[in-house]
Amino acid sequence: MTATDTNDIIVLSDVTKTFGTFQALKGINATIREGEFFSLLGPSGCGKTTLLRMIAGFDEPTTGAIEIDDKPMAGISANKRPTNMVFQSYAIFPHLSVAENVGYGLKTRKMPKTEIAAEVDKALEMVDLRGLGNRSAHELSGGQRQRVALARALVMKPKVILLDEPLSALDKKLRDQMQVELRSLQQSLGITFILVTHDQEEALIMSDRIAVMFEGEIAQLDSPEGLYRRPRTKRVASFIGVMNFLSAKLTREDAETLTIQIDALGEITVPRDIAPEGLTPSEVDAIGIRPEMLTVLMDDTDTAERTVEGSITGTSYYGDMTYYEVKLPGDGDPVTISMRNTAGRSVLPAGSKVSVGWGAESIVLFE
Amino acid sequence: MTRLGKYLSARWLAVYAVVYMLFLYAPVVLLPLFAFNDATIISFPLTGFTTQWFTVLWETEALHAAVRNSAIVAISTAVLSTTLGACAARAAARYKFPGKRPVMGFIMLPLVLPEIIVAVSLLVLLMQLGMSLSLWTVILGHILICTPFSIAILSSAFQGLDNSLEEASFDLGETRWGTFRRVILPLVMPGVVSSLLICFTISLDEFIIAFFLTGTDVTLPVYIWSQLRFPTKLPSVMALGTILLALSVILLIMAEWFRRRSAKKQGIEASAGGFM
Repeated sequence: MTATDTNDIIVLSDVTKTFGTFQALKGINATIREGEFFSLLGPSGCGKTTLLRMIAGFDEPTTGAIEIDDKPMAGISANKRPTNMVFQSYAIFPHLSVAENVGYGLKTRKMPKTEIAAEVDKALEMVDLRGLGNRSAHELSGGQRQRVALARALVMKPKVILLDEPLSALDKKLRDQMQVELRSLQQSLGITFILVTHDQEEALIMSDRIAVMFEGEIAQLDSPEGLYRRPRTKRVASFIGVMNFLSAKLTREDAETLTIQIDALGEITVPRDIAPEGLTPSEVDAIGIRPEMLTVLMDDTDTAERTVEGSITGTSYYGDMTYYEVKLPGDGDPVTISMRNTAGRSVLPAGSKVSVGWGAESIVLFE
Repeated sequence: MTRLGKYLSARWLAVYAVVYMLFLYAPVVLLPLFAFNDATIISFPLTGFTTQWFTVLWETEALHAAVRNSAIVAISTAVLSTTLGACAARAAARYKFPGKRPVMGFIMLPLVLPEIIVAVSLLVLLMQLGMSLSLWTVILGHILICTPFSIAILSSAFQGLDNSLEEASFDLGETRWGTFRRVILPLVMPGVVSSLLICFTISLDEFIIAFFLTGTDVTLPVYIWSQLRFPTKLPSVMALGTILLALSVILLIMAEWFRRRSAKKQGIEASAGGFM
């Protein structure tokens, strides 16, 4: 694979990495487009950080090739690559001031002092740290350190900024705020960001595209919406958000449609094109449906495309939302249903008999 | 335990502490006392105040040579041991290699070997190699015993370094050497200064190895030892001891001041680590 399309900033071709007998990466193929916010999402040990470190140049692939900006990167060390990294620990130089930290890389480029100072001020302004240049690194809060690390990368004007779990050390509130800020900064600058994270919510909020990785392989590379609505495997489906699985099997197929017998919900016919790419219809053994795609019908005025009778086995009240565990017909586990607590909607206790509404369009097929 | 029992045991501990401190420092206090005493015999009662013993020191040519020799040996030992120690400490902290534990163990061994054994075996070895004894052979011996101290001090400095700091520097376009100069060296500097000072001090007052391995150029401890044979020289030795004592205290205070200042600069708790 070569980067013939000028919009591709990074091309990964059959990248593998082996540590001793452990195969950390098993043939990664992906292209990352210029200016996009790309996330590598997966549980710890899936190889996402290894991949990021190889893009940065701290590690070399065992086999395969990495191209950045149309140039093969084999043998090119980290200090010669057009990438800059924001480390998980931030790696702020403790003996230098904020301004010296941010200007560190420019000094290696032999830039005149006055120009460095101007660039540093600009970068500090970008990350909302104007006027803090003379502070020493240890006087900063966690959030400020994070911003210094970001400014230090931004000031280099790299082609790609690599972020290794940059928000994991921050508390929830600050993290939510930084997610929005990082995203808008990336969009206004148009620099390619590659984020490594294990937090699916973070990846969904910030990314243009996400590569979900398990055990050294990309399980699915898609937009946040694509991943959430059309997960290709059960594992991806349960890693991104909550998914109810119901056993099912194919009963009939023709050129346009698939007819599927779902244990708890009965038989339905759906258009062929809702099946994910590469799925063999005859192999279907389950369908998935998201909690918000199911509705607990309150009274006769509530309507749904299809309904099924069930009984509530558990209720969790979250203020804005209520989560019900509902036992449907058949011998499957109870499904989770999330309901927004809008005006006039009461919270039903466990044991209530309810009608559950659902739609054929909202199911996902799995093999 | 009763209140009285508690009081008594606290009392005993206080007495013990005072006796202990007296035993440690009383001989040291005697040095300046007799250095300024106007008598050739070292005994109480004191007879009068004089600075003549310092004048004697000032006029003794052989002493000046010994001081110069000791300075050469101590400075060379401090610099070379610290350099070697830094390399070993860095390797131990950063890399995994086969046989790392035994190798580190053998490097640290001279810490516990009897010095006289080290001195004699070095002498035999140097004789076999046909090397003539000089200040350089003393330096060699001192490096052998100082390097373990240097490694012990520098290991904690290098282990405290976050690997990602080095990677960050490299990532920002700096070379390996530049990273060493701009990031690693400033961060391990307090350790380096400690190591230099400790090695300097050890080498300065080391006697056994210096005695065995020195040729015609004697170091200060060997000179002092040779002077002890003449009772009339004793007061001037006391004066010399006083100067050395003052010098050591000043050096230690300087080292600690330097360490605390750099610790404060990096926001590390100043009371952590260090030898004071």
